[in-house]
Amino acid sequence: MSTLQRDPEKRVQILDEDGRVRDGATVPELEEDELLEMYREMKIGRHFDQRAVSLQRQGRMGTFPPMSGQEGAQVGSIHAVADDDWLIPSYREHAAVYGAGVDLAETLRYWMGDERGNQMDGQPVLPSTVPIATQIPHATGMAWASKLKGENRVFMCYFGDGATSEGDFHEGLNFAGVFDTPSIFFCNNNQWAISVPRERQTASQTIAQKATAYGFDGVQVDGMDPLAVYRVTKAAVEKARDPSEGERRPTLIEAVQYRFGAHTTADDPSVYRDDDEVEQWKRRDPIPRFEEYLRGKGILDDERIDAITSEIEAEVDDAIDTAESTDRPDPSAMFEHVYSEMPDRVAEQREAFEQLRDRHGDEELLE
Amino acid sequence: MSTQDQQSTTESLTLVQAVCEGLYGEMERDDDVLVMGEDVGKNGGVFRATDGLYEEFGGDRVIDTPLAESGIVGTAIGMAAYGLRPVTEIQFMGFIYPAFDQIVSHAARLRTRSRGRFSCPMVVRAPYGGGIRAPEHHSESKEAFFVHEPGLKVVVPSTPGDAKGLLASAIRDPDPVIFLEPKLIYRAFREDVSEEPYTTPLGEAAIRREGSDVSVFTWGAMAYRTVEAAEELAGEIDVEVVDLRTLSPLDTDTIVESFKKTGRAAVVHEAPKTGGLAGEISATIQEEALLYQEAPIKRITGFDTPFPLYALEDYYLPEAARIADGIRDVVNF
Repeated sequence: MSTLQRDPEKRVQILDEDGRVRDGATVPELEEDELLEMYREMKIGRHFDQRAVSLQRQGRMGTFPPMSGQEGAQVGSIHAVADDDWLIPSYREHAAVYGAGVDLAETLRYWMGDERGNQMDGQPVLPSTVPIATQIPHATGMAWASKLKGENRVFMCYFGDGATSEGDFHEGLNFAGVFDTPSIFFCNNNQWAISVPRERQTASQTIAQKATAYGFDGVQVDGMDPLAVYRVTKAAVEKARDPSEGERRPTLIEAVQYRFGAHTTADDPSVYRDDDEVEQWKRRDPIPRFEEYLRGKGILDDERIDAITSEIEAEVDDAIDTAESTDRPDPSAMFEHVYSEMPDRVAEQREAFEQLRDRHGDEELLE
Repeated sequence: MSTQDQQSTTESLTLVQAVCEGLYGEMERDDDVLVMGEDVGKNGGVFRATDGLYEEFGGDRVIDTPLAESGIVGTAIGMAAYGLRPVTEIQFMGFIYPAFDQIVSHAARLRTRSRGRFSCPMVVRAPYGGGIRAPEHHSESKEAFFVHEPGLKVVVPSTPGDAKGLLASAIRDPDPVIFLEPKLIYRAFREDVSEEPYTTPLGEAAIRREGSDVSVFTWGAMAYRTVEAAEELAGEIDVEVVDLRTLSPLDTDTIVESFKKTGRAAVVHEAPKTGGLAGEISATIQEEALLYQEAPIKRITGFDTPFPLYALEDYYLPEAARIADGIRDVVNF
């Protein structure tokens, strides 16, 4: 049975909780450098997350959605796509978009309330989407457009378990099935949509099985096992590019994982879930598991880990410095990019706004 | 009881606490009232507007739904048509659009379409407006979309006392009500509020400050900024501040009466200028009191741009200086 054509209730797993290869599991062939890069990206994802939460606590950043616990799914999946494949993220894929080449400073700027952080010039990444599931039809449309243009790219759309309840999830996946688009629908099932648990989101046994209704493959994978995620995503990428006779290009991947922290820094998870549950999931933490696996292979040792740790800490420090030392956006910038050409009424409002600032000065204005 | 009883015991509440008290009181007096939405149950709402209701009334009446705004409002329409009084929560107004079809095509029209056989006694609550450094899509003011739709009522409280009383009226109303809560002032101040349930009538504006030189019409969080600006102008200009409270149906009588007294008007709202309610209010004044008008009516509003990310939101929202300048323009015309 192929990786994808399987019972969606049977989860793909390669590493056990201690980072050992499970009996009978097929380990994907990855070069040592790539394995180390995956490890480094997971580590930087975790460290970035912790620093970002602390910036918010210190009032240096607005509300932030943390992703600790979800690094394995993000890094494992991003490594399975090519450099010119596209990502259509929600708002919690800080490690995945970093893996796609977006600077951490950009991500910080966005969460510091600066629109320029959404620009991500030159990267095949759509701006993050805060409304739930609305990016799914966009991802299908981009994949469809690429297919119509005769390209051979793959479009990977990330969303959470909560998103599968929205109408846009259904419509996006249904179009993908009908028009056979080169799409990967990557569900980061982290068990909680703010306070609502996965079992209250859908009465389906799994999220993966929903793909059956759209006429394409759905596969459930251990989302805290980067090797298993990589293997499943790679198979989905290959099928999206070059399906066998009778196969449909799209795949729904349900990556089962856990968000260790809050939904956002505005949320207190202790109100709705038990610490015991969190502790149970922490035993499956993707980072120590992967670390053990790499140690076992002789790729990683204490010295190497220390070097990587210092390197990523410096990189995150730099990103924070860059984000915080960038000038705040020019207030008049809010009038720009509303249309390709500024209509008269917007230009008049900008003019009046600038006069107001001249008259009062920013300090008085924002008092 | 139709207004807040001065004799009854009061408690000091913030606006968001008063919303919660309003829900509690109505759920207690009418078993058909239920609350549904994302995170309203066990979590008590992301702003704690439903705090404690789940423990008090249980999961059949305080319902954590799947994450689906159209599903929440659409099923609530079915419940309302079938005799219940659902109060739905949309977590932020910026996320109301998936439910837009259900609200405008069905909630607003079920009575008309069935020639009165069915009605839709339901409330859609949503925190709205900017100023709290929230992420993208969390700060919008889209009241005009709903005011434009016949069949809907649109209510915006700006004080804790009004929040409780207007919400009770909205829940008891036989028609669908969009109930918009200005989250900037959810916890900005407290007010003594009667512990007993009471109603504040829909469709009646409140004069927050009497004045003789100019009438300023506003609602929500801007009501406070406008009063602040009016206080700063005191001695120079005598400003009357009218908090509309219900945006549909508008209290045209109070608007026109105030305007006839002052002959000058401004409207302050967070929403963009074009297509915003300031235009509707201005046109109403022109229709009803043209001969009293001594100056153009000033619109002091958000700009015709998407609501910016929070680094610039304080520039986007009308603030005291912009409001004061606008009022001076009207008076010095």
